[in-house]
Amino acid sequence: MQNPYKAYPVRIDSIDVATEDKSLRTFKFVFLNPEDENKFAYESGQFAELSIPGKGEIPIGIASSPTEKGFVTFTVFRTGLVTNHLHNMKVGDIMGVRGPLGHPYPLKDLEGKNIVIIGAGFAFTTLRSTIVYMLNPENRKRFGKIDVIYGARNPGMILYKDELTAWEQRDDINMHITVDSTDDPSWKYHTGFVPTITEKVAPQADDNTYAIMCGPPMMLKFTKPVLDKLGYKHENIILSLENRMKCGIGICGRCNIGKELICKDGPVFTLAQLKYMPEEDT
Amino acid sequence: MMKIINIDKQKWAGGVESLSKSYRLFGPVKDVDCYNFKELKQGEQPDLSYGNTKLSPKSVVFPPSEAMFTYSLDESNPEHHLLKDVPKDYSPRAVLGMRPCDAKAVSLVRMNFDTPEYRDPYWMDAFEATTFVGLACDDPCATCFCTSTNCGPFNEEGLDVLLVDNGSAYIAKALTEKGEKLLAAGGFADAGDDSPVAAKKAAAEAKITAKIETDKLSEKVIMDLYDAPFWHDIAFSCINCCTCTYTCPTCWCFDIQDENKGCEGVRMRNWDSCMTPLFTMHGSGHNPRDKKHQRVRQRFMHKLKYFLDKYQKGIMCVGCGRCVQQCPVNLDIRTVSKTMNDYVAKS
Amino acid sequence: MDAYITKIKAISERLLKDGTVEAVIGFREGTLPTMSEPCFIKRSDDVKDLVWNANCRINLANYLTNRKEKIAIVAKGCDSRNIVNHIVENKIKRDQLFIIGVPCKGMNDKDTGALQDNCATCTHRNPVIYDELAGDLVEEQTNVDKYADVKKVEAMTPDERWAYFDNLYAACTRCYACRNACPLCYCPTCFVDESKPQWVGKGEDPIDVRTYHFLRAYHCAGRCTDCGSCESACPQNIKVRQLTKKLEKDCAELFGWEAGLTLDKRPPLDTFSIDDPNDFIK
Repeated sequence: MQNPYKAYPVRIDSIDVATEDKSLRTFKFVFLNPEDENKFAYESGQFAELSIPGKGEIPIGIASSPTEKGFVTFTVFRTGLVTNHLHNMKVGDIMGVRGPLGHPYPLKDLEGKNIVIIGAGFAFTTLRSTIVYMLNPENRKRFGKIDVIYGARNPGMILYKDELTAWEQRDDINMHITVDSTDDPSWKYHTGFVPTITEKVAPQADDNTYAIMCGPPMMLKFTKPVLDKLGYKHENIILSLENRMKCGIGICGRCNIGKELICKDGPVFTLAQLKYMPEEDT
Repeated sequence: MMKIINIDKQKWAGGVESLSKSYRLFGPVKDVDCYNFKELKQGEQPDLSYGNTKLSPKSVVFPPSEAMFTYSLDESNPEHHLLKDVPKDYSPRAVLGMRPCDAKAVSLVRMNFDTPEYRDPYWMDAFEATTFVGLACDDPCATCFCTSTNCGPFNEEGLDVLLVDNGSAYIAKALTEKGEKLLAAGGFADAGDDSPVAAKKAAAEAKITAKIETDKLSEKVIMDLYDAPFWHDIAFSCINCCTCTYTCPTCWCFDIQDENKGCEGVRMRNWDSCMTPLFTMHGSGHNPRDKKHQRVRQRFMHKLKYFLDKYQKGIMCVGCGRCVQQCPVNLDIRTVSKTMNDYVAKS
Repeated sequence: MDAYITKIKAISERLLKDGTVEAVIGFREGTLPTMSEPCFIKRSDDVKDLVWNANCRINLANYLTNRKEKIAIVAKGCDSRNIVNHIVENKIKRDQLFIIGVPCKGMNDKDTGALQDNCATCTHRNPVIYDELAGDLVEEQTNVDKYADVKKVEAMTPDERWAYFDNLYAACTRCYACRNACPLCYCPTCFVDESKPQWVGKGEDPIDVRTYHFLRAYHCAGRCTDCGSCESACPQNIKVRQLTKKLEKDCAELFGWEAGLTLDKRPPLDTFSIDDPNDFIK
C-alpha cells in the first residue's frame, strides 16, 4: 500500500476570490503527475488534506465534482496558520493534496429519490460537488426532484454566484437562495435565515424524499426541527460533520465523537446515526 | 509444536553479544533511580532485574518524535515543496525483556495502525522488523492488575519468545518463527523443559490482588455513560498533564507538525494527548472539549467503552499500572472503571 | 496530624451546613499508600471523606484559578502563599475564600517515602493567611540553607554547568506535568502552545526542551513559593526546582523579596521602584 501520509504534488492553476470580503478563495489544483489524478478518484462529499510543506495540512471538502476532469477545486476560508498562508499563495505555486478521504454522500442509495439540499455559508462546497454531479446529463435521470436551499449572511458572501444563477434558469432543479439580511434593493431572492426559508419552501416529506444538510452548528440546530415538522425521517436526513483533524485516515485518534472517527467513519452520517453519538458540547 | 529452549544464565550475556551482531537491541536500563527502555550500546546488557519501566517500550515501534518527510522551501531547488521520504533504519531489531502486559499492548495498538483501508508505514515497518522477547513476571507490583484485563504475568500474546526465570537458567518458549530465528542467532540451542512454568504462572497470578472491574461495561449504552453525572466529580483532581497518556502502552494519539530551519524543514509526528486543552481546538476557535471534565470523560470512555465496542477485544488497558503509579493526583482508572461498571442510568 | 483532620472536617461541615461556602477543596483517601487525591466536596454528608496526611503534597491553590463560587480550601504554608499570589494577581477574590489553615511539618516524597526536598528547607510551615486554623502553629525552621543546591551550581565552571543542565533535562518528555501542577501557570494559552507565531518546537530537540524550562522558570520568578508540586508531578523524576530556586535566590538578593507573603505588594517582575538595583546598566 502506498504511504497514506504522502500528498500528491499539485500546482495552483487558478485562484478566485469567492466572496466580497475576500475571506474565501476557490483554488483550482492540477496534479503534477497526471496518473495521480486517477489515483485521486473521488466522490461528492469526500474531503482531502491540503498539504503545504513548511506550514501544515488542513482538511477541506472537495468542491469540484468527479464529472469535472483535469483538476480539483477547493473553497477555503481564511482562519488560521495554514489557511492564511494558502490565501497568500500565487498561481503556479507547488503544494500537496492528500486523499480522497472519508465517506462520500450515499448517492447510490438516493437513486430514484427526491432530494432536498440545504446548505449555509461556506459549508456549501461539497454540496456544490453533489449538485454538479447530479445535474450532469449522464446522471440527472437517475434522481428525482432536486430542491436546493442555500443561505449566506449577505449577497457578498454567496459562493459560486454565476453557477447558482445558471442553475436557477434550469427547469430540472429548484433553487431557493436566501440571505440573512440585505439592504441591496436589487436582491431578488429570499431574505431570511435558512431554517425559516426551509420551512417555507421545502417539500413535505415522504418515504422517497431525502435531505442532505451541511452548515454551521447553529443552522443545523434550528433546521432539524423544521424537517421534523415536515415529516422527514431521521434515516433520510444526511449530514456532514467536521472536527479538528490531523492524519485524516483514522489513525491519530484526534477527531472522534464517541467511537466514530469523523475522518474515517464519517464525515457523512445520517441524523439517525447521530442520535447514538455523544453531543460533544455537553 | 513451538520449541522450548533452556538458556543457562552463564551463557545469556554471550548470547546477547551474538544477537547484537544481527539485531539492534533494546532493553531495560537503569537511569539514576528508575528503569527505561533504551537502545543497548555495543556490549551493554539489558538489566533484567527490573520490575517495570517508567515509560513503556512502545517507543521502540512508536518513537515520541519521528520524522515523516523532509522538504525544501528553496525555490531554486527543483524539488522544492515536494515531500521527500526520510531514510529509515528498519534493520532487524529486538526488544529483550519486555513484560507480557506491554507486549499485549502492542497487539492492541496494531489494530489502529494496520487497518484494511490504511497501513501506517512507520509503525508497521518498525513493528515487522522487531522481535519481541518477553520476560514473565514472578514478582508483580502492588499496582499490577493484568489478570483482570485478559492478560497476565505469563501471557504470551504479542510475544515472539517468552522467557521464564528458572533460577540458574531461563526457560525460553519460542512462540513464532521470528522467535525461533532469534534464539538460533543467539546461539541458544539447548533443549529445554517447560514443566516448571505452570506452577510459577499460578504463583505469580495469585500474587496479583489489584483488579479492574469491567464485566458489565459492554452491555452499557454509550449515551448513558456519557451523560452520567459522575464525570465532574471524577475530573476535579485532574491537572491535564500528559503523564497517563505518555506512560500508557496502549495510548497512540499523535500530532503532525511541520518545523523549519531556514529553507529546510521536516514534517514530524509527535506523541500527543487527549488530556491537553488544545487537542480538539478548531481553526474557528470552537473547542468541543474545552472543559476539563469533557477531556477526562473522553479518556476513560475511549479506554473502557469506545474501544471495547469498536473492536470487541476487551478494554484498551493491559493492567500495567503505570498511570496508577504515576498520576500526580492519584486519578485511578480502576476507581473510574468501577464507577462506570456499577452505573445504572435512571430511566 | 490526626488531630488536624478532626478539626478540618468539623470546620468544613459547619461551613457547608450554614451556607458560608458552596464547596470545600481538600484531599480524600488515595488508592496507593503514598497518595491522596484532591477532591471537591459540595455536600456536608461527604465531609467524612476528607483526609489529612503526609501525602497531601500537591498544591491545592492550583484548583482555585478563576473559580466563581465561595469556596473553603485546606491550605498548608506554601499553599497559603500561593493563595496570596492568586489574590494579588486577580485569579480569585479574597472574599470568596474561607481558608482553613494547616500548619505543616513536611510532606513525603511519593516514591521514596522520605521527606520531600523542598520541605527539608521550608521556612514557612505555618499558613501566612487563614480564616481558621486546624491546629496550633508550629515552630518555623531557622537554621536551614535554602539555597545550598543553587550555590553548588553557582560554584561550577561554565562547562560543568552546561553539562549539569544538559543532563538535568535529558529525560524530559514535555508532558507538562510540572506546568500543570503549578498554581502559577494559569495562562489560557501557554507560550509553548502558541502557533501564530510558534515560539517553541514540539519535537525532541534539546533546545526546545531547555527553552521551555528556562522560560517557565522566568515566568515564575518572584512568584514561586517552592511548594514542590512540579517535582512531585514529574513522571521522570527530574529535579525541576533547580532553576526556580536560583531565581528565588536572585529575587531575595536583588529585591529583598519573598513570594506570597503580603497582599499589599506586587511581585518584583510586575512592578518597579526607583531603588531597584541597576548596576547592570553600564
